[in-house]
Amino acid sequence: MSINSNIPEGPLETKWTKYKSTIPLVNPSNKRNLEVLVIGSGLAGSSAAATLAEMGYKVKCFCFQDSPRRAHSIAAQGGINAAKNYQNDGDSVYRLFYDTIKGGDYRAREANVYRLAEISPNIIDQCVAQGVPFAREYGGMLSNRSFGGTQVQRTFYAAGQTGQQLLLGAYSALERQIGMGTVEMYSRHEMLELVMIDGKARGIIARNLITGKLERHFGHAVLMCTGGYGNVFYLSTNAMGSNVTAAWKVHKKGAYFGNPCFTQIHPTCIPVSGDHQSKLTLMSESLRNDGRIWVPKKAGDTRKASEIPEDERDYYLERRYPAFGNLVPRDVASRAAKERCDAGFGVGQSKMAVYLDFKFNMMRYGRVEATKQGIENPGDDQILALGKEVVKEKYGNLFDMYKQITGEDPYEVPMRIYPAVHYTMGGLWVDYNLMTNIPGLYALGEANFSDHGANRLGASALMQGLADGYFVIPYTIGAYLSKEISTKAISVDHPAFEEAENSVREKLGKFISIKGSKSVDHFHKKLGKIMWDKCGMARNEAGLKEAIEEIKALRTEFWQDVRVPGSIDELNPELEKAGRVADFIELGELMCMDALDRNESCGGHFREEFQTEEGEALRDDNAFSYVSAWQYGENNWTLHKEELKFENIKIAQRSYK
Amino acid sequence: MSGNMNLTLKVWRQKNSSDKGRFETYKMQDISPDMSFLEMFDVLNEQLINTGEEPVVFDHDCREGICGMCSMYINGRPHGPKDAITTCQLHMRSFKDGDIIVVEPWRAAAFPVLKDLAVDRSAFDRIIAAGGFVSVNTGNAQDGNNLPISKVDADEAFASAACIGCGACVAACKNASAMLFVSAKVNQLSILPQGKPERMQRVRAMVAQMDKEGFGACTNTGACSAECPKEISLSNIAALNREFLMANLIDQEG
Repeated sequence: MSINSNIPEGPLETKWTKYKSTIPLVNPSNKRNLEVLVIGSGLAGSSAAATLAEMGYKVKCFCFQDSPRRAHSIAAQGGINAAKNYQNDGDSVYRLFYDTIKGGDYRAREANVYRLAEISPNIIDQCVAQGVPFAREYGGMLSNRSFGGTQVQRTFYAAGQTGQQLLLGAYSALERQIGMGTVEMYSRHEMLELVMIDGKARGIIARNLITGKLERHFGHAVLMCTGGYGNVFYLSTNAMGSNVTAAWKVHKKGAYFGNPCFTQIHPTCIPVSGDHQSKLTLMSESLRNDGRIWVPKKAGDTRKASEIPEDERDYYLERRYPAFGNLVPRDVASRAAKERCDAGFGVGQSKMAVYLDFKFNMMRYGRVEATKQGIENPGDDQILALGKEVVKEKYGNLFDMYKQITGEDPYEVPMRIYPAVHYTMGGLWVDYNLMTNIPGLYALGEANFSDHGANRLGASALMQGLADGYFVIPYTIGAYLSKEISTKAISVDHPAFEEAENSVREKLGKFISIKGSKSVDHFHKKLGKIMWDKCGMARNEAGLKEAIEEIKALRTEFWQDVRVPGSIDELNPELEKAGRVADFIELGELMCMDALDRNESCGGHFREEFQTEEGEALRDDNAFSYVSAWQYGENNWTLHKEELKFENIKIAQRSYK
Repeated sequence: MSGNMNLTLKVWRQKNSSDKGRFETYKMQDISPDMSFLEMFDVLNEQLINTGEEPVVFDHDCREGICGMCSMYINGRPHGPKDAITTCQLHMRSFKDGDIIVVEPWRAAAFPVLKDLAVDRSAFDRIIAAGGFVSVNTGNAQDGNNLPISKVDADEAFASAACIGCGACVAACKNASAMLFVSAKVNQLSILPQGKPERMQRVRAMVAQMDKEGFGACTNTGACSAECPKEISLSNIAALNREFLMANLIDQEG
């Protein structure tokens, strides 16, 4: 199979407009006979399923949760970017495009990113029209805030629950179609195999998670909207159920996996508290608008934060990056926190944490409020109390969440934070149409690799998920389906369905029959530790080589000694987890191989051997300006390279100083 | 890191929707107060797997209080003893060494038990499908700022929209009424100008579907709002009643 990104010809600014007006159309009567399977119901899946159904296609949508509204997009906190320039601060489509390419450390496709920036304003409009209650100013206009890696305010938000509100918007659009009978929804269903006929994606095998029954579903096209694979690290900010399984199945059927090692470690998460920990919780990047990050200047300082005077604090981000300060991109902020903790300046019991302190800004807001309210000569306590109210309105739910988890009140003491796995920029390789290298198989949202390069900027995941689902796939799918109008629905009695179902049943039976001595979680935790230690925030050749061997050994042990209770014909969460962990183990090996291949540092991929004297990521544009697209093979993977061309942006050493 | 709490759990076990179900008692030792309630269940399940028993099935996903999937009825209260949080946000420091903790699934005719603590809440999806939306296709929208919305309205709509659809309101209600859930969506969309054109059809359709699903009637006890992890206000129910009355009056006038 060849690798062709199918980027339209012509100047960057007009590529999308021109291309979308020339994509072949499918007439309404033909659409009614074309079936599309959408796997996943997060922002990308719900928006795609709803929009395609509105256009007249027959759609089936699948999710493993009990309702499409629970997809993990719901947990996104901070916001969604759009180049509206409502703040009159010099924003533009070009600037959003530029910030995203630069933020991604020059490892994303120019044409895709430009299209994303171009579409971004339409997303906000669509969501407003659906009744998404974005934050508003007193004059009734939409409110914005700042996020990392930019110097304009272009982030739209709904308190600290932006993902929830956007997903509920897309979910309501989806439910509307379900109510009209144009989408058939399959909740508590998990896709376990792709069915291919004559080299094209033609359907899936899904397991009804309640009854355990395996079901066959035909589609003229299959859309993978299955999210990211951060749970390969066991501990991450992902939901417990977030997994790579569906994406991994299509990878094993031939779909290339793009840049698997590009993982985002988010700088502001609640630190690990003990071995019992099952997941990590994010504290939104928006908090960096109003919080200052610091550690004591003295290593091993055991004093309480409040006892450390101002001149003995090291605001290390402001010190190292005066231009962007606390708003540097996530990869930069995460590495800087790790550097301070590794050097012995960390805080809290574990010493693996830094402070995120709101007092300074509470005082600032308090003074503004005092002036507004006409209070003369307010005392410090009064100012602080007024400031706390302002901060509460902006971030109340996040502060409450922090208090619940840690037992500490962040209005009184600074938050303790540490980086955690949050998002995966890598994913299924797709072309400009969002089609994988398998005809008829698409990947949208976090499940694809396409727009964020080696590091995603904050508030861009929601933007991409909805751009792909609402405004890209509805057009680009026409390029393929217009050629499928004479393909009649294929019976699920076709031998390809039979064979796929049998292979799934056999594999499920295998998990149960091993009857080993260790739980699935035991293996997942072991895998997570290998990945975090050797393929996490910092990587090196020796460690990656060790990791590959350790993962291979773990895989053998898993298939000999895992214990999965119950049967395959019932609701059996341990069986579901077993399948997912088995796939994570295979993915983990590929991630290490990819990290080993990329002898440079870029974005979230930091190879210790490749850094500047100041400890910044050192890219090698001559050798590594490519997308790694890995092809699965029984014995080993083959690497294909898609060269990245930068015709509109001059690539440079990324600087936030 | 193990802790120092010893607890007795009485957990509802039910093989499937046709099984009668019963309580089983489990002793938990060395539980850390920093664990979340669900992490304590992870420890229980690990023990059960290691001793060759079937682990307890319970719904959960995001474990940060926003997806609405977790749904345990703990010591007689949905999501446990603390106000304004979900089960996954409940931590063991809210309990004492030696406590006996009773854990049940949501109990409501419209939420049948699937297995152990997991129930079927798809009735909520069908209520939304009946009318919990603005009928606007992709591509129909005007510029977001062409429709100014006062901050007061935006904030009120947001407060209603914060519902996570967990079903605690139904579980808390002696009549298993879904009025708080339905009213939060109705109110969100009728406050906003985008939702006004179809507000009458919406409220009628959603209430009709709610009744069809077998949820009970609202008798204004307020338990729903008191137990709601997102503190959805009872005033939503009052607003729904007004909307419903108005819709029916208009309907009668033809």
